[in-house]
Amino acid sequence: MDFSEEQLMRYSRHIILPEVGGKGQKKISNAKVLMIGAGGLGCPVGYYLAAAGVGTIGIVDNDEVELSNLQRQIAHSMNTLGVNKADSAKKTFEALNTDVNVIAIKERINSENILDLMKDYDIVVDGTDNFPTRYLINDACVMLNKPLVSGAILRFEGQVTTIIPGQGHCYRCLFEEPPPAGLVPSCQEAGVLGVLPGVIGALQATEVLKLIIGKGKPLMNQLLIYDALGVDFRKVKVPKNRDCPVCGENPTITNLTDLPEEYCSI
Amino acid sequence: MAVKVKIPVPLQRLTQGKEEVEGAAGTIISLVNDLDQQYPGLAERISENGKLRRFVNIYVNEEDVRFMKNEETEVKDGDEISIVPAIAGGM
Ligand SMILES: [Zn+2]
Repeated sequence: MDFSEEQLMRYSRHIILPEVGGKGQKKISNAKVLMIGAGGLGCPVGYYLAAAGVGTIGIVDNDEVELSNLQRQIAHSMNTLGVNKADSAKKTFEALNTDVNVIAIKERINSENILDLMKDYDIVVDGTDNFPTRYLINDACVMLNKPLVSGAILRFEGQVTTIIPGQGHCYRCLFEEPPPAGLVPSCQEAGVLGVLPGVIGALQATEVLKLIIGKGKPLMNQLLIYDALGVDFRKVKVPKNRDCPVCGENPTITNLTDLPEEYCSI
Repeated sequence: MAVKVKIPVPLQRLTQGKEEVEGAAGTIISLVNDLDQQYPGLAERISENGKLRRFVNIYVNEEDVRFMKNEETEVKDGDEISIVPAIAGGM
């Protein structure tokens, strides 16, 4: 499929970049990205991916838009209060770019449906708000060999990492276990600066686009830590753990299971 | 000179809001205990019975101590230590 005049115009600032060009823009148009969560992180990630012309964007979210979301979840609005978040985001992204096929998946992700939901996508984006789902998404991506761009936010701090199964580390190589319940405040209690998911989400969208066009170095075997108060970006090394229970030499996790508790951080 | 330690946001209320503190050179676990003397409660949040908790990582400069000598990893004056807990918020 060739680009129309209008598409050439729309994507001209991409196409003019030697690292993207018409070829890279084609790859973007053919890419299929699954976003899990259409909240603080999912909104900016999806917004930029839709603007970039990513061909298919799946959005998994089972929640409805609430007034307290609008402080940061920029794909939703007063017009979609009470609407399912995947539907609300789909509306926004399609208004921005009709080239993009946005698929709203109004389900809660779990060990039963995750493999099926992921299987047709090239890249997965984690924008969820709890540890059990983060570990589940990681394990599923390792099992299906899907690149995963993971982002997390709390108060004034964010973390980003890019997981490429078979090549680099996974989330369990980084943090072996989720914290036990009770030791951590729930996300609702914790609070978050509204613009923080914008910063972290934009970094995740950047990682996704780099993976699609195959340029630059992904945040593989690294964790990027952003501290908004100290204006500090730090990268630390994340080696692949040979003893990792899911991607190591002798994996002990070979089936997906749901962890019950939900918590945010220490 | 001392060891500089970056405190993550969730633990900064134990350090009176300070994002960076100083501790004594030595092993990681002695550093954690030294910090706990200055900021009571810190050790318990990141370690248990002298072992680092599995959802908190400590980096010496950019290196994860789990891939060095873990709690026994030596840190020297001028090293930059980062305490990095897993965080999960996205919404
Ligand atoms: Zn792993």
